[in-house]
Amino acid sequence: MARNDVLVTADWAQENLGKPGLVFVEVDEDTSAYDGGHLEGAVKLDWKKDLQDPLRRDFVDKAAFEALLSAKGISNDDTVVLYGGNNNWFAAYAYWYLKLYGHRDVKLIDGGRKKWELDGRPLSKDTVERPATQYQASEPDLSIRAFRDEVVASIGTKNLIDVRSPDEFSGKILAPAHLPQEMAQKGGHVPTAKNIPWSKAANEDGTFKTDEQLAALYDEQGYDDSKATIAYCRIGERSSHTWFVLRELLGKPDVKNYDGSWVEYGSLVGVPIEK
Amino acid sequence: MCGAPKQGGALDGIDLATQTVIQGQVWHDGTPVAGAYVRLLDTTDEFTAEVVTSPEGEFRFFAAPGEWKLRSLAPVGKGERVVSVDVGLNETTVVLDS
Repeated sequence: MARNDVLVTADWAQENLGKPGLVFVEVDEDTSAYDGGHLEGAVKLDWKKDLQDPLRRDFVDKAAFEALLSAKGISNDDTVVLYGGNNNWFAAYAYWYLKLYGHRDVKLIDGGRKKWELDGRPLSKDTVERPATQYQASEPDLSIRAFRDEVVASIGTKNLIDVRSPDEFSGKILAPAHLPQEMAQKGGHVPTAKNIPWSKAANEDGTFKTDEQLAALYDEQGYDDSKATIAYCRIGERSSHTWFVLRELLGKPDVKNYDGSWVEYGSLVGVPIEK
Repeated sequence: MCGAPKQGGALDGIDLATQTVIQGQVWHDGTPVAGAYVRLLDTTDEFTAEVVTSPEGEFRFFAAPGEWKLRSLAPVGKGERVVSVDVGLNETTVVLDS
């Protein structure tokens, strides 16, 4: 997998809007961003309503995922081009999620919505309708998803990468600072985890750093290429950003995203925590 | 959830006895700037959070007591401000230079 296979520039996206075989998809937690203006022809995915099971804390199952993509007018052969707010956190999460369900060709727009807006590129408020498809998903690929027991078993043996801010890692704050600090879980991090914030992989306009800069970053932070890796954050969206960097841009083998992340780990009874 | 709640507005439901709220407006050329990106950075300049200002140019963070840096980026310019905050409401303004 090379950078050009998984990442496109805003220029490329603007030139290819409306091209057959490409489906642009905006992914946000707050869909008012999409409703206020989106890339011409882009459909929206709501991180919470569309991608989370309404009852349990989990993904939607295979049948629900197939129904979702079918209703959005996405077919198996389409290239899905993702972008979103929050420096592409949720778009990266959707990227990982689409890969989990076996979508072949997925790309991210470098810089997402932020760069698009800072560049002053056009946004549309038109309603987007695409004809429904008959989407067929694969069984979930669990080689890219970690669960809590594996995380506990990985302490001291795998690369555990905590991608939250240093103050969340140290337990000074419990959530990213745009949210009220009232979570029930304990503060701190998984013992032996390295704190390599997702933001170190991005430029201020939300684009990813160069492959050379990224390789140097993880090298300097003591990433051990001989070990398997699990990335986590608070709910799994920032760690999807890092998963994308490690696995899709740098091509590192055996990288999983722990989407249970700190909200789950910090609430588990009996597991070790460091501060 | 990690999506930022609606920026600005009333403080209803926010416990100012426990929360350290940093809020304010982004200004440029004498007017508030809607849709500006505002980052909260820690004392090592590391990213802690980012929000987009409301139509009235407002932003809000929930932090911890201590020193923080606010950095704003918008199509019209950039601005920065260091603030020292305590538990409760801390209000400030970030001015963008072209």
